[in-house]
Amino acid sequence: MSLNIIVLAKQVPDTRNVGKDAMKADGTINRAALPAIFNPEDLNALEQALKLKEQYPGSKVTILTMGPARAAEIVREGMFRGADGGIVLSDRAFAGSDTLATSYALSAAVRKIGDFDIIIGGRQAIDGDTAQVGPQIAEKLGIPQITYAEEIINADNGEVVVKRRIESGVETVKAKLPLVVTVNGSAAECRPRNAKALQKYKYAAVPSEVAADEAKKEFIEKRPYLSIGEWSAATVDADLAQCGLAGSPTKVKSIENVVFTAKEARRIENNDEELETLIKELIANHTIG
Amino acid sequence: MANFYKDNESLKHHLNHPMMEKIVELKERNFADADKFDYAPQNFEDAMDSYDRVLEIVGDICANIIAENAEDVDHEGPVVKNGHVEYASGTARNLDACRKAGLMGMSMPRRLGGLNFPITPYIMAADMVSRADAGFENLWGLQDCAETIYEFADEEQKKKYISRVCEGETMSMDLTEPDAGSDLQSVMLKATKKEDGSYVLNGVKRFITNGDSDIHLVLARSEEGSKDGRGLSMFIYDKRNGGVTVRRIENKMGIKGSPTCELVYKDAPCELVGSTRLGLIKYVMALMNGARLGIAAQSVGISEAAYREALAYAKDRKQFGKAIIEFPAVSEILSTMKAKLDASRALLYACSRFVDMYKIYDDIAKERPLTVEEKKEQKYYSRLADAFTPLAKGMTSEYCNQNTYDCIQIHGGSGFMKDYTCERLYRDARITSIYEGTTQLQVVAAIRHVTTGTYLNKIREFEAMEVKPENEAIKNTLVFMTQQYADAVQAVAGVNDPKYLDFMARRLVEMAGHIIMGYLLLEDAQRCDCFRKSLAVYVKYGQAEVERHASFIGNFQPDQISDYLYTEND
Repeated sequence: MSLNIIVLAKQVPDTRNVGKDAMKADGTINRAALPAIFNPEDLNALEQALKLKEQYPGSKVTILTMGPARAAEIVREGMFRGADGGIVLSDRAFAGSDTLATSYALSAAVRKIGDFDIIIGGRQAIDGDTAQVGPQIAEKLGIPQITYAEEIINADNGEVVVKRRIESGVETVKAKLPLVVTVNGSAAECRPRNAKALQKYKYAAVPSEVAADEAKKEFIEKRPYLSIGEWSAATVDADLAQCGLAGSPTKVKSIENVVFTAKEARRIENNDEELETLIKELIANHTIG
Repeated sequence: MANFYKDNESLKHHLNHPMMEKIVELKERNFADADKFDYAPQNFEDAMDSYDRVLEIVGDICANIIAENAEDVDHEGPVVKNGHVEYASGTARNLDACRKAGLMGMSMPRRLGGLNFPITPYIMAADMVSRADAGFENLWGLQDCAETIYEFADEEQKKKYISRVCEGETMSMDLTEPDAGSDLQSVMLKATKKEDGSYVLNGVKRFITNGDSDIHLVLARSEEGSKDGRGLSMFIYDKRNGGVTVRRIENKMGIKGSPTCELVYKDAPCELVGSTRLGLIKYVMALMNGARLGIAAQSVGISEAAYREALAYAKDRKQFGKAIIEFPAVSEILSTMKAKLDASRALLYACSRFVDMYKIYDDIAKERPLTVEEKKEQKYYSRLADAFTPLAKGMTSEYCNQNTYDCIQIHGGSGFMKDYTCERLYRDARITSIYEGTTQLQVVAAIRHVTTGTYLNKIREFEAMEVKPENEAIKNTLVFMTQQYADAVQAVAGVNDPKYLDFMARRLVEMAGHIIMGYLLLEDAQRCDCFRKSLAVYVKYGQAEVERHASFIGNFQPDQISDYLYTEND
């Protein structure tokens, strides 16, 4: 049985090695100072999709990403590693989306794609750390979801078996297709780029990237596999009231730059009283709790 | 993310050598595959961009997977279970990554599933893999054997086996036996022709790298009663058919991740490659030349790793209140290591370009007759490849040993402990000047290019090169060294005694090597200022070495050779 798999991926600023200039004075992210990368857990998700593709020959992996045209970079990266193609959901109307508006737009795109068995995404993106978009898409589409997945074991007879990471260990669960699976960072790392796929897809682009270059446009038109979809709000029949800032109930009031000021380590004795005192202290100063 | 391609500008420098344009155009037959294969290049720039980006994939895998696993693989090593090899877990992960990245069969044509890369970018990949883990290079690099199948096997065999290599199956070349090491004419493994015309193999092979591979090239005696190389033929043994078991694997000093096997053949079915009797004299010679270039790449990769380890340690280690790199005695070692490394790499890629040129012409000659001009070039490059391959293998492997020795020296007492990478590099380096023909055997292959003038002719071509004013002085030094070399060759040849020539051979080959590497670095420095220091340091070093050999030869009376010959009275 072959599967139609959608991988949700996001281009994010690389927040893993942030310097002093990571935030602008107004509290927003200084994107110019941070390289744009493939969200790490989305790569874990892609690996699960590619494994399924190997397991079920004939399966198709489509990358779906929302962002400006340059997010086509993410689709190409996915294609270099084994995905069959992708779509960039791009429209000014989506600017300023919070997780609710994002999941609305993405679920509209998924409906437009129509034919799918599994949607796989990373647990969360490193720029927002919300872990909400995947579950919200499942809700909006009215399909089951499995979160914190570590391995999609199989997808036979209309059911998937998934090993998921939980606080105290792992559990293996079963769910009906179609569904949403969000993948944890502890899952297998994504395979490297493939030399043939890279050479095949290196000129893949969304229409707006090649709009000014007639030769490139013609080259891509002759080779349909190089064409990355570029969908607007209108393409996916989105209700503009639910998109972008208009559709985002989340309002950022202010952003505080937290600088850890804790001093050196402190040694406590190994007994219950000292531990309890420390825990109470940490709760009181809001370090934990 | 660390990347062994992106952090090493010299690889890109060599990839962008002016000769590449011709190599790529010939290799791609004027881009005839452009509309036949979706991953074929459209033009020269497109092809170069593809090499560049694929090498970036290799650099990523090398830095983040292979190098990361190297220490564990060195400790764990492979084991034999039920007559077959089980790789160390890190080795299995490395192979998996290389397969998924499609880095097997890189130089094979697209119609057989390969990437159709010239040898030069393929050797660059080997350079990086060796820097990451020299032992793993042996397993990955044995894809070279597909070249021999491509050149000599029939179409059906090519389709069957090469496509499997491109999909990630590994290979081995089963040549050595307990009584046939450097002397392969003594191979005894028996190939028996059955009534249906097929062959079976019986006997033992020893020291076989990756001996439990999927597809073996086997040298065996097909002509009963024959004693020499002319009774040997080449066979393919397919592991899927069974008949070969691994009796043991060697406990080696280095490259421990690479299983070195003793193999037992019991009525193992096999297929003849090409014609009988040409096994050693034609096919193994071709196979060995490819493998020697691979060992040169391995040597350069290890040299690179050794230099980097030494440099990092020398910057970090403080004694007497400052980093030890600030002491001239230490920085001199480092600059000499770097010069030998850059010289080795220059020679490696000069050689790989020559190999590319003649191999591509050989391949084109199978499709259509070559023009007179092309035939001339084919002959020219074939000769240069023949001359440069043993020179490159010999010089780079000796420098690799010297650089790993110096790397430990820089580390001082810590380098002698098992805690630092340098001790593994030192152990891994040791085999490079031994296998695929010892340095002494490389000299045997190279010396005729001293006597027939292949090296000198090439040096004269270099001499004609216009150089920037700042490089004039160095060029003059090289011209002077060349005169010393030419005089020494004449002095030795004048004695007209093969034994005397043998005795002096290594000295003469090394003299040629120093001058050639000096000129190659001069070419590099003309294109990029980043080679200026290495050029200066290497020519200083080479000048002293040439002087030393000239002095030895000049002060030697031919009859003094007897002092070097062992007699019963010693």
